[in-house]
Amino acid sequence: MSQTPGSAQRPLSPHLQIYRPMLTMTMSIVHRITGCALYFGTFLLVAFLVATAISPRAYETASWLAGSIVGKLVMFGYTWALIHHMLGGIRHFIWDTGAGFGAVARERLAQFTIGGSVVLTIVLWAAILLVK
Amino acid sequence: MSNHSGTSMRTTRSRVQGLGSARSGTGHFWWQRVTALANIPLVLAALAILICVAGKPHAEAVAVLGHPLAAIVLILALFSVTTHMRIGMQVVIEDYVHAEGAKVLALVGNIFFCTAVALAGIFAILKISFGV
Ligand code: HEM
Repeated sequence: MSQTPGSAQRPLSPHLQIYRPMLTMTMSIVHRITGCALYFGTFLLVAFLVATAISPRAYETASWLAGSIVGKLVMFGYTWALIHHMLGGIRHFIWDTGAGFGAVARERLAQFTIGGSVVLTIVLWAAILLVK
Repeated sequence: MSNHSGTSMRTTRSRVQGLGSARSGTGHFWWQRVTALANIPLVLAALAILICVAGKPHAEAVAVLGHPLAAIVLILALFSVTTHMRIGMQVVIEDYVHAEGAKVLALVGNIFFCTAVALAGIFAILKISFGV
């Protein structure tokens, strides 16, 4: 490393790999990952709308893609990411009031976020498959 | 005129504005929360509409998506979501992309992408509504 003359020998701040992995920090990064996944999911939704606007043929193609195995997997992943990110967002709202930072509370909130998102996603898809 | 503190380089005007060195203050944080709040009902309603449409033939899909109430909800949802994902992705880029050239490109690309997705989606909904 190059040292500018006279610069002090300061300690470097520890980075991710130095910490024991914890649920709260995992939920933090998952909120970011789901946000980025939803970013591209919005593009897919708009592509579907544009296909619908173009012609019945384009709509049939888009519907066929969405109904394929890959399409269904993407949609399943999308709904989980959406629900998880939404619950994570509500967790942020709770934090914004100043509540939920305690040792027990923040752990509970993290558990609610991951547990809630998995359960709600399964319930939603069970309902969809039952009705459709 | 002298500064408030002997060492600060900040002008009195910039202190009063309170926007800090990035010149946008807490604006991003605020809009992230406003759009997050709006996203909750809007995204849930949009999801319900899309689940309704899934698997329907084109004419029925157009009738559902083009109904004024559905179209208005979808346009509001797209507006809120694309604003939210633009400022969200901007934070992610600022966190991870440090090379000046790549950062500017990514920031501009993000604005282009989100604007294109928003307007394409809104146009598609209007077209579906007014007649494919
Ligand atoms: C399809 C819809 C959505 C997309 C595309 C999206 C996208 C994103 C992205 C890209 C970020 C930046 C991630 C980061 O900085 O770590 C983000 C952050 C955030 N999202 Fe969303 N999001 C969506 C829906 C929602 C919903 C429904 C909520 C509601 C509660 C929400 C709440 C938040 C909050 C509070 C943040 C900021 C987190 C922070 O300050 O660290 N988002 N979102």
